[in-house]
Amino acid sequence: MEVLSRYEPLVDDFEAFLAACERSLPSVVRVNTIKAGVERTKRALEAEDVGYRDRDWNPTVLELDTNKPGNTWPYFHGWIHGQEEVSSLPATVLSPDPGERVLDACAAPGGKTAQIAALMDDTGLVVANDNNLGRLSALRFNAERLGLTNVAVTRQDARNFSLKPVGLDAFDRVLVDAPCSCEGIIRKRPDTLDEWSLSHVEGVSGVQKGILKRAIQATREGGVVVYSTCTFAPEENEAVLDHALEEEDCRVVEFETPLDSRPGVTEWQGERYHESVAKARRYYPHHNDTGGFFCAKLEVTG
Amino acid sequence: MSNSGQRFDRLPETDEERDLDGRATREEVVEWWDERFGIGSEKFAEHTFWEKGAGKIWIFHDEVPSPTEIEGLGMKFLRTRQEHWKPTTNAVQRFGRGATRNVIDLDPEQAMAFVRGEDQEIEWDGDWGYLIAAHEIAGEREPLGVGLYLHGELRSVVPKGRRRED
Repeated sequence: MEVLSRYEPLVDDFEAFLAACERSLPSVVRVNTIKAGVERTKRALEAEDVGYRDRDWNPTVLELDTNKPGNTWPYFHGWIHGQEEVSSLPATVLSPDPGERVLDACAAPGGKTAQIAALMDDTGLVVANDNNLGRLSALRFNAERLGLTNVAVTRQDARNFSLKPVGLDAFDRVLVDAPCSCEGIIRKRPDTLDEWSLSHVEGVSGVQKGILKRAIQATREGGVVVYSTCTFAPEENEAVLDHALEEEDCRVVEFETPLDSRPGVTEWQGERYHESVAKARRYYPHHNDTGGFFCAKLEVTG
Repeated sequence: MSNSGQRFDRLPETDEERDLDGRATREEVVEWWDERFGIGSEKFAEHTFWEKGAGKIWIFHDEVPSPTEIEGLGMKFLRTRQEHWKPTTNAVQRFGRGATRNVIDLDPEQAMAFVRGEDQEIEWDGDWGYLIAAHEIAGEREPLGVGLYLHGELRSVVPKGRRRED
């Protein structure tokens, strides 16, 4: 937890923030509308005496009264998928339409890919990319369990992503849910910060800049790139956006956010970032009882 | 031209377009689902079919160049190049809801045993071979997966990673 003290200047009610980080997360799933509707899923849960609570902001997100959603019929049928509440946000912000061409640049293990595919009614093309074979096998397993037929899986370094294997010139939308120091998932994995170091944060920030840059290049003019992480470090969030704004033709745009959030920070430890990074949103564990998260929406201008 | 375990090749539409021995055609695949389960070709009108490795057929809801060297394309759908073609559990769950033939309805106890991977003695006076096992959930029939019916016994072929534990 000591690592998190560096964020004290950024977080309101820091004590509540720390207390939330020590609590375990509620058991939350997303309903996979490719296979079943929300109402039928609820009826099936009721038949098994599994209680649930709705989330107002997203009817496909349910909190369950069981820590083992995998032991239910809706799970067996691929109607639900365990996905932390705030992790359902970036695909919603990306808001793909049916028939579009979408890249999920760092896709494994595939929860967000599946949500993107569902928002597209399993039509168009979702390219789910990751560079790690083990994580890709988890992604493929999840995609098939959830019945997705519009997903093509590639294994590339997202910093040099080639569109050739999928025969495209550009994507309509790209999600960069970047590999990060994962400070925000401490509620799920309390040992996350044991290996934390500033040099790791700085190293991963370099990788993130490369991935976001390539994502913008691979998106058509007028297209959308969503950048998200599950970490609080401005080095991995606003600094990465600032770098993209300098190097590529894009701008940060506002988005509707149904969850309680704070604006992106424009100043951190002596560094100043482009003022438009304030349009990004920061999600803290004590505000919505979720993990920590960062999300930004970019429009490609050139 | 040969078959490759590293590459997705699109299935030819018909026999006339086939240039690789033993490769199924789109027409055969679609007809098989209709004959075996009564699932008509309209269900697959927007899908393309691909072979990767010997007889592993994938279903994909879009166009990409063929052949293509990537890790996955839609979902594994069907095993051909063997005496009896075998659909995958995931394909049956996704597309089997409208089946009108060769569906075996299981009661709650049988359904649980089936998804645990157990073989069961069950009366069935229909065809032998690969069946869709189904049960009722939330008021409607829902496919559980693929069963192999032989000699009075329904064998569960639900893969280990897809089984349900209670």
